[in-house]
Amino acid sequence: MTSALLILPAAAGGLAFLIRSDSARRRLLLLTAWTHSLLTARLTASFLAGGAAGAGAYFGLDALGLLFLCATSLLFLGAAHYAVRYLAEEKRAAGSDGLFLFTNAPEAVFTGCLLFFLAAMTAVAASRHLGMLWAAVEATTLLSAPLIYFHRNKRSLEATWKYLLICSVGIALALMGNLLLGAAGLKSGAGLDYRALLSGAASLDRPLLKAAFLFLFVGYGTKMGLSPFHTWLPDAHSESPAVVSALLSGALLNCAFLGILRVSAVCAGAGLADFTGGLLLLFGLFSVATAALFMVGQRDYKRMLAYSSIEHMGILAAGAGLGGAAAYGAVLGAVSHSLTKAGLFFTSGRVLAAERTKEIAAVKGLRARAPLTAALWLAGFFLITGMPPSGVFLVKFIVLRELLARGRYAAAAVFLFFLAVLVASMARYFIAMVFGEREAGPDERPFEESRGALLPAAVFFALAAAAGLFIPGWLDALLKGAAACMGGAL
Amino acid sequence: MHTFAELSIVLIILLDLALAVTGSLAGCIRLVAVQGVLAALLPLLAGHGQPHARAAAFAAGIALLKGAVFPWLLMRARDRSGARKDVEPLISYPASILLCLGAFLASSWMGSRLPLPQAQVAWIVPASLATIFSGFLLITTRTKAITQVLGYLVIENGIYIFGLALFVEQPLMVELAILLDVFVAVFVMGIAIFHISREFDHIDTAELSELSDWRHGEDGR
Repeated sequence: MTSALLILPAAAGGLAFLIRSDSARRRLLLLTAWTHSLLTARLTASFLAGGAAGAGAYFGLDALGLLFLCATSLLFLGAAHYAVRYLAEEKRAAGSDGLFLFTNAPEAVFTGCLLFFLAAMTAVAASRHLGMLWAAVEATTLLSAPLIYFHRNKRSLEATWKYLLICSVGIALALMGNLLLGAAGLKSGAGLDYRALLSGAASLDRPLLKAAFLFLFVGYGTKMGLSPFHTWLPDAHSESPAVVSALLSGALLNCAFLGILRVSAVCAGAGLADFTGGLLLLFGLFSVATAALFMVGQRDYKRMLAYSSIEHMGILAAGAGLGGAAAYGAVLGAVSHSLTKAGLFFTSGRVLAAERTKEIAAVKGLRARAPLTAALWLAGFFLITGMPPSGVFLVKFIVLRELLARGRYAAAAVFLFFLAVLVASMARYFIAMVFGEREAGPDERPFEESRGALLPAAVFFALAAAAGLFIPGWLDALLKGAAACMGGAL
Repeated sequence: MHTFAELSIVLIILLDLALAVTGSLAGCIRLVAVQGVLAALLPLLAGHGQPHARAAAFAAGIALLKGAVFPWLLMRARDRSGARKDVEPLISYPASILLCLGAFLASSWMGSRLPLPQAQVAWIVPASLATIFSGFLLITTRTKAITQVLGYLVIENGIYIFGLALFVEQPLMVELAILLDVFVAVFVMGIAIFHISREFDHIDTAELSELSDWRHGEDGR
């Protein structure tokens, strides 16, 4: 079944390049997204019932991989629905008015890359060979680059180039880490097979393992957007279409996080948990601080969301670094951040459609022009900053409680201070955008809200809020299993 | 005795130095191609006795890709771009070569300190580290998009040699996946260069500086 999950989107992606009719291609996108989600759901059900999930040499799912796969699949389903409407709108806009002074990439390329991107992300979640994991992560970079360059203009091109180069070089460092990891297991003959590495972790060469972790951390950390390696992230997120930003932020960053989690699990097995945990906590807190500093005085609302992603990746890294109960927080955080941020990026696309600007200062009184969009925008703000009830609230609470329980008061104070800065700055922007005094221009045409395009965001927000109130038993079991995987359990 | 392997290591180091001082884009593309081919053949030269058919086929594949396909793609990108045909470094050539030599000294020191399995070919670890460093040098101190792709390829060469030095053998599937990635990377970057030259009328990445969190001068954004 795992191989079906890999082959399906790849085959559909190939097909998308060949199909001439736009409407047929859009139906293919929806069909693939639904099939992928249903297959993932079936796989999850059989996994929770105690069935083994795939037994290939390279691909197979454990609880952690399955959790990330579920998040990715659900996210892609929402993105596919959003993308279909978006593509239809863009097509009309390109034909009718000259407001957007650029052309778009052919739709076939966009849809094809979107589907290939899904295949690559599935491969990341399902890899049980760290060499294959590396190849899949690099593939996600290359396949998403054309997506960022959907609007053919200078700004998106600049973002694409930075993304391609910074991430490729970062990932090259991770390859070096993989080689060092292989060398660390040379005596025990573990190779880069994840399960063999875990079971033989105690006999790994520890100095080499440390070196390997450093390289892999910097490599995958670049992709994950941990500060100070995050420089590509705000540009890529702000210049790509909303649906791509949502996938980058909600699914791609998680893939890189998964790469880091895999290596740190091996290190934990070898008794290096303090070393890796300390690094993760340090860079996690540093990312939260960086995000807070760049949030103050932010002028572009998509960049604002991008910096919020850096903040959340920091929280995830800190949670993973602390381990124990915070590990549960980290995996819950990965899922709730995915849903919330994807919903916010979808909504940001509707804000852009209504206001035709990405500048925060230029958007005022959104509730008068697009009341539904404004309501969702505000709901997203509450959910992403972690007002209860929301999954994000639980995550922040768990991480903070764990920091205090371990007696890391200074770290807890830093964490709280920068979270407060983030919430305060974001509140200022969101409130001004939604409630500000509107100055309607004389030639402003009324804006027709599309309920269909808002639906994915509404569903995601509802799920993210529900996660703060009640976590169903099956999800709890999956989250606990995933958290156990992070500690080096098989 | 690995006379030929050691000879190619020396050549690879010399190529790093040559890259630091070569001014013409076409020259750089050729130097990187030669280095890629040498790196691809290295496992055959360093091995004992008759190489396996699989290893030979794989080496031939890499040599073809790095020695013929990539240079061809990059030369095309260079011709299409209509840009100046030199690399326009941000630092002078003597500074580049001094940095390169410094990197080589640092790499030799690091190579002797790293707790690595004893390499059979002399100087292979320092050579790989020095190659990775020259790749970074190309990316950071040259302004053209093509030289950044070349830098990426040089880093890739260095990592490949590093893998040989560590005796890490990845399964064929993984090797192929990695190779496919490198191929797609150069392909996508080539397309991006083509678009950059069309949008900006040049491929100078120093001009790619519009996106930032700070206001630029009075034009703002």
